[in-house]
Amino acid sequence: MPVPLEHIVALAGLLFTIGALGVLFRRNAIIVFMSVEIMLNAVNLVFIAFSSYHNSVDGQVFVFFIMTLAAAEAAVGLAIIIALYRNLQTTDISSINLMRN
Amino acid sequence: MHQSLHLITLFPLLGFLINGLLGRWLSERMSGLVASLAVASSFVLSAQYFLALLSLPEGFQFTQALFAWIPVGELSIEVGYRYDPLSAVMTLIVSGVGMLIHVYSIGYMRGDPGVRRYFAFLNLFTFMMLNLVLADSLVLLFLGWEGVGLCSYLLIGFWFEEEAKARAGMKAFIVNRIGDAGFIAAMILLFHQFGSLKIDAIAAGATSAGITGQFLTVVTLLLFLGAVGKSAQIPLHIWLPDAMAGPTPVSALIHAATMVTAGIYLVARNQVLFSLAPLTMTVMATIGILTALFAAIIAITQHDIKKVLAYSTISQLGYMFAAAGVGAYSAAIFHLVTHAFFKGLLFLGAGSVIHGMGGEQDLRKMGGLRQHLPTTHWTMLVGVLAIVGLPGLSGFFSKDEILWAAFSRHEGFSWIWLVGVITAGFTAFYMFRLYFQAFHGKARWTAARKPHESPSVMTIPLVLLAFAAMFGGYMGVPKVLGGANRLHQFLEPVLAVPSRAGVALHAAPNLEILLMGLSTAIVLAGVFYAYRLYLQQPGLAADVAQRLGFVYRLSFNKFFVDEAYRLLVVQPFQGLAAATWKWVDVGVVDGIVNGVGQALTLVGGTIRRVQSGLIQHYASIILLGVIFILVYLYLE
Repeated sequence: MPVPLEHIVALAGLLFTIGALGVLFRRNAIIVFMSVEIMLNAVNLVFIAFSSYHNSVDGQVFVFFIMTLAAAEAAVGLAIIIALYRNLQTTDISSINLMRN
Repeated sequence: MHQSLHLITLFPLLGFLINGLLGRWLSERMSGLVASLAVASSFVLSAQYFLALLSLPEGFQFTQALFAWIPVGELSIEVGYRYDPLSAVMTLIVSGVGMLIHVYSIGYMRGDPGVRRYFAFLNLFTFMMLNLVLADSLVLLFLGWEGVGLCSYLLIGFWFEEEAKARAGMKAFIVNRIGDAGFIAAMILLFHQFGSLKIDAIAAGATSAGITGQFLTVVTLLLFLGAVGKSAQIPLHIWLPDAMAGPTPVSALIHAATMVTAGIYLVARNQVLFSLAPLTMTVMATIGILTALFAAIIAITQHDIKKVLAYSTISQLGYMFAAAGVGAYSAAIFHLVTHAFFKGLLFLGAGSVIHGMGGEQDLRKMGGLRQHLPTTHWTMLVGVLAIVGLPGLSGFFSKDEILWAAFSRHEGFSWIWLVGVITAGFTAFYMFRLYFQAFHGKARWTAARKPHESPSVMTIPLVLLAFAAMFGGYMGVPKVLGGANRLHQFLEPVLAVPSRAGVALHAAPNLEILLMGLSTAIVLAGVFYAYRLYLQQPGLAADVAQRLGFVYRLSFNKFFVDEAYRLLVVQPFQGLAAATWKWVDVGVVDGIVNGVGQALTLVGGTIRRVQSGLIQHYASIILLGVIFILVYLYLE
């Protein structure tokens, strides 16, 4: 018996909200980064669910693209975080304000 | 020939353009030559017209319509010239005396760095003045009127590096504005009433039915206000003495011979209007004769040779207004002509003295100049004798015509004659005071600055003007002395007075000759006192001044008119200006402008905090926005 669509969408919504709140409220850049990944994967989950529901592969194609993008993003993002840490000895994004004022 | 009136004004305009635009490529000599030739051409042309006019039947006039200047709906301001006897006299004076003064200027202004500018302005002045006297409508007349005012301002402040001179120019300009406001108001009223500003149309309209005396009185009083400003009568006379800051030939041309007489011309030109307004006539005669006396009293105590002549000019202009006021327009014009000769001569002579003394204008530092400046001395003597009215010279005929007119025209005007005669005595006194102080007695200058006679380019105009001052009066020898008063006859067609003032001069030849003798005797008395005070006993003058005390100081300080204006007009206005500056300008206007700025800064400062630079804030706002849109769409 397949999992009902509503459950998957609800789970995805929950994951997305957790991710969004993480992005908005966490200070640690790595956690923020992980939260972004959670949001991306929440979207992926919705794509997969609807793809299976509609018997169409379009959603799954999108998911591949998003995973590729996420991988690239992870590489670039981690590199940025490491560079930040090297320069500022912190990953607290609220204290990264060189361009301010 | 008929259609070339515009050439009279065109030549000075060309001269102005050449000197004004191409002056920097002209040599100094060339510049003066161009300017003089331009005016000389005008003179030759107007002389030709004059001869043509003489050969034509009486009452004929040349007219020429040029172009529609301002065509707006029903209103169409046409530019047109008319050359009638009155214009003829004025044109000849302006171009003739103007030509001599242009030539004289070549010598006087030699070496001045601004000489091209000078000649450009002088030509522009001639152009404007000719427009003024040739105009067939009040609008064009007003253009010339303002144009000469502008040139006067430019030339008074010609040496604008000196603040006092620049200020004198501004004073002249501003005081003239008061009169011009009257002129403009009069034009508006006239246009409203007659629908035209052509001089003929106005004259025709004034005598038509339905025009009230009240209207004419108001209009003529306003026109007279304009004349008072231009011709420096009480109470707007204050600009003319200061106008002496300009180069002396300018004083001769603009502030003695031509421009200041524009007020007389305006009155004579609109003589139909004025003759129908007896109140205005009385006001005019009164102001005129009082100005004559008042300025003559001031002239007695001035030490600056040009100031004496300036007050003398105001005084003589007063005579002219007195003449016009009693209805003797042709006498006024006659005196205008002879005054242009002898006062032009006197100013040029004074210029020659100043030139010869290296810029000295103080009579107390002159003396004994007659050996050093022989030509200037003799020509000045002619000028002085002409202005005081020595029988046989020009001033005698014109002044006595005015005095006789004042005596005979109207019962109530005899007192004008009396004041006029007293003024003639003062005139004789101050003119001979000037003459004795400058040319006779002991030399009061240091030998290091030995005066020298002016070059012939300056003395020749002096000699020519001296001849004019000597014989100019013979164009108007009164009938009682066996003359034909040809000027009067020539002007008759344009200055024929309708109704009132036409009550003829009641013929009383013996009385007229008696009065002439009387005024001559008073003149001689004036000369005698000047001789005693300034030549026979040079110390006596200071003694008399001491004894007169207050009266002397009153005269010396020009009756404190300038000070009164300062107290009553200038300072309140400055106070008002300061108040509006501090309260209205700083408080209200600047307040609004700065207030808007401050409000924006405040709002900006507040909103600016939204732009925190924290990515999480931005993300929250985006998210809230998305949620808002979703909720909105859901509720739709």
